[in-house]
Amino acid sequence: MSAPLLEVADLAVTLPVEGERRTVLHDVSLAIGPGEALGLVGESGSGKSMTARAVARLLPGGAAVTGSIRFDGTDVTALRGGELRAYRRSVAMVFQDPRAHVNPVRRIGDFLTEGLRLRGVARAEAARRAVAALADVGIPDGERRLRQYPHELSGGLLQRVMIAAALLAEPRLVLADEPTTALDVTTQSEVMAIIDELRRERGLALLFITHDLDLAAAVCDRIAVMYAGAIVEERAAAVLHDDPLHPYSAALAAARPAVDRTLPRLAAVRGRLVSAFEAPAGCAFAPRCAHAQDRCAAELPPLRPLDGGAVRCARAEELRGRLAPQEVAGG
Amino acid sequence: MAEPVLEARGLRKVYGDHVAVDGVDLALAPGGSLGIVGESGSGKTTVARMIVGLTRPTAGTIAVCGRDRSQPARGTAERRRRAREVQIVFQNPYASLDPRRSPADALDEVLRLHTDAGADERRARIAELGELVGLDERMLRARPRALSGGQRQRVAIARALAAQPRVIVLDEAVAALDVSIQAQILNLLADVRARIGVAYVFISHDLAVVRQIADETLVMQRGRVVERGPTEQVLDDPRDPYTRLLRASVPGPGWRPVRRGAPTTGGAT
Repeated sequence: MSAPLLEVADLAVTLPVEGERRTVLHDVSLAIGPGEALGLVGESGSGKSMTARAVARLLPGGAAVTGSIRFDGTDVTALRGGELRAYRRSVAMVFQDPRAHVNPVRRIGDFLTEGLRLRGVARAEAARRAVAALADVGIPDGERRLRQYPHELSGGLLQRVMIAAALLAEPRLVLADEPTTALDVTTQSEVMAIIDELRRERGLALLFITHDLDLAAAVCDRIAVMYAGAIVEERAAAVLHDDPLHPYSAALAAARPAVDRTLPRLAAVRGRLVSAFEAPAGCAFAPRCAHAQDRCAAELPPLRPLDGGAVRCARAEELRGRLAPQEVAGG
Repeated sequence: MAEPVLEARGLRKVYGDHVAVDGVDLALAPGGSLGIVGESGSGKTTVARMIVGLTRPTAGTIAVCGRDRSQPARGTAERRRRAREVQIVFQNPYASLDPRRSPADALDEVLRLHTDAGADERRARIAELGELVGLDERMLRARPRALSGGQRQRVAIARALAAQPRVIVLDEAVAALDVSIQAQILNLLADVRARIGVAYVFISHDLAVVRQIADETLVMQRGRVVERGPTEQVLDDPRDPYTRLLRASVPGPGWRPVRRGAPTTGGAT
């Protein structure tokens, strides 16, 4: 990879909760090259959204951040004022619930042109660009849409408006946090196709956050899997599903029912999910892991290179090739 | 099919000038599992609510165990009998439990309402239900806020089972759960059906989940059933164009997202 556009190193975040500091991320490192798509996959509490929020400088008040987040060589954790505003134009964010991130009493046109107008673009030119951006996301009658209010648009249409808004800022990196999770499956397919197509056309880098391994594999070059506030595996998207290196990645792939075949029984993962602050010492996944040994509870290994990817598992070398999804498993 | 435990004919629901459900027929064998799939606005949840008795049909009939329930129940005894026959599990495990009551209290209330069991017998039955859904004594005594989403959904399933219903309607009952927890609950539902022979109406937008749980499947679009049949046949060889579109939209290994407006090439979808 050429020099990364985004480089996160040893990122750790704690938040104040009821008078104590809770760890939400520990030791997150990742890099995204220009025009590259990285999927960040995990379940609730894994820290995937917090990672995106840290990158976007949108962490809740009181968050304490250590480690570095570099964008195009500049450390963004220290940016203030005008530099921070300039950075935020380079990094656009698309959220899961579009209705929660748009002002319901302002027209689509105001929403789309606000940023352009602030940058001094004339009203008519801003409207023309907004209509063009809507056309790019598959909304042909842009002029009519500009006069509408958010409640007049379906969830799928509104999410496309949000993508158009993100792209109007001409960003270099898009952070998409579960952008299709609230949408119907046929709409999801369309919205993902739009994101994928525009990203490739414009050479945008993408950090795509999702709980859906298959969806991430379809639109990303590489995938990082998170559990309890840390990355446990990073692989090329094409090989992760069939040849996982970490037992959790394998478990995540195997637990999902398949649409094209009926399984006698799903390979459920025992126990319950843990967040970073309640994770036990050692490997956070060890209590649920079918391959755990005593040493797994003793110490958490670092993320280390293996087979063209990276993995955080003490037994990764011995388990290599034995974690592929199986047709039948207990649970 | 053996005498169906649940049968609906010509089910229709109109809100103002909007037809939410339009002429739905369905039948469910004792101990069977019927999936109803569709996207938002398909009418699948309205069908679920009409079966349970939470919404009154505009037209059509619903019979459970051969007894009609299209009209509101006359009197408490009839309403309780209907509740004993059909129970429901909702999507959101965080909103469907009383935050002030432990799971054991919630189960005890259902048992007092629907059975003649004395205190000792109810205690034994609560332990039995806990065992059936994988909740230990500590979880049964905990406040709901101390339980995870998966544990709460186990409580909701136990509460539905407490009345010993013939049919449980599961309305997106695993949709809010994380994948690794969803698998636990789907296995649990399969085990419970195998052990006690309760029948399911499983409402879902998720074709893969429906495949795992339902023997027969109805596909709904804009209030109508567009396709029905054995689940494997509906998913492996969909006939209706809408079912095909739904099926092609599910991500899986090798899947690519498709822009519907754009020209598609080949038969990949």
